[in-house]
Amino acid sequence: MKNLAVFFSGLLFGLGLAVSGMTDPAKVIGFLDVAGRWNPTLAFVMGGAVIVTFFAFRRIMRRERPVFAQSFELPEKKTIDGKLVGGAAVFGIGWGIGGFCPGPAVVALVSGVWPVFAFVAAMLAGMALHAILFEGESVSRREPLRMRGRVRERS
Amino acid sequence: MGGFTPVSGLLGGILIGISAALLMLFEGRVAGISGIVGGLLRPLGWRGGWRAVFVAGLLAGGVIYEVFGGGMRVQLEASWPAMILAGLLVGFGTRLGSGCTSGHGVCGMARLSRRSISATLVFMVVAVITVFVTRHVL
Repeated sequence: MKNLAVFFSGLLFGLGLAVSGMTDPAKVIGFLDVAGRWNPTLAFVMGGAVIVTFFAFRRIMRRERPVFAQSFELPEKKTIDGKLVGGAAVFGIGWGIGGFCPGPAVVALVSGVWPVFAFVAAMLAGMALHAILFEGESVSRREPLRMRGRVRERS
Repeated sequence: MGGFTPVSGLLGGILIGISAALLMLFEGRVAGISGIVGGLLRPLGWRGGWRAVFVAGLLAGGVIYEVFGGGMRVQLEASWPAMILAGLLVGFGTRLGSGCTSGHGVCGMARLSRRSISATLVFMVVAVITVFVTRHVL
């Protein structure tokens, strides 16, 4: 039941990305290209998603706990540090070059366009590199926090 | 160019919002794709169960779109070596910055998280500058 719910959530996310056209890098770069023929579609996608999520989260958070888990696990960090800003900047460069962020790239695999596979493979390698460099010892430090159901989760 | 499609954009955005809400309601988690995919790659303490299921759902969403005649358009704007470079930067950057367009841009903004709003501003501005450089300077 729990897996079915998570699968359905993922399915809606993938469908939403496909319907919105965000799986097309040309459309995403059209949004980022403010000096060219600007394409505002991405603002409608993000706006729609943020508004729905904003109201839904407020209602859901009134619950004691999620339906299939012990507790809500929200990112707890509050400080804006170098990792956050530097990581976002590195991501921004890659996003600007390729026109793909992680979700749309995964969904676009379905198209069978082979450079998408190259992008996703490189993305996984980048994530693995980060895991090797920075996540090795921090996993064990996080586990005790998880016991209290308050793990500091990366989103 | 992909063309301006505000109606399907808004509709897709609403679907994404509903998805994020359901994941929070059922699993108590933020729908951040970089975190979900990255969580599958942990060298230690793999606990990817629900993450793998979510990623399978993502792919199924794309398949359903195609089965019902969506005709997914994937027009690449960069050469394949550039796509590989872009993939590396996106993978490493989203993990270092603890999120991407979904985790920070949708869920974090909806939670009014200062970290997420800052990260979203940074990656948006940097991406705009990058596109300006690649399209209009180089």
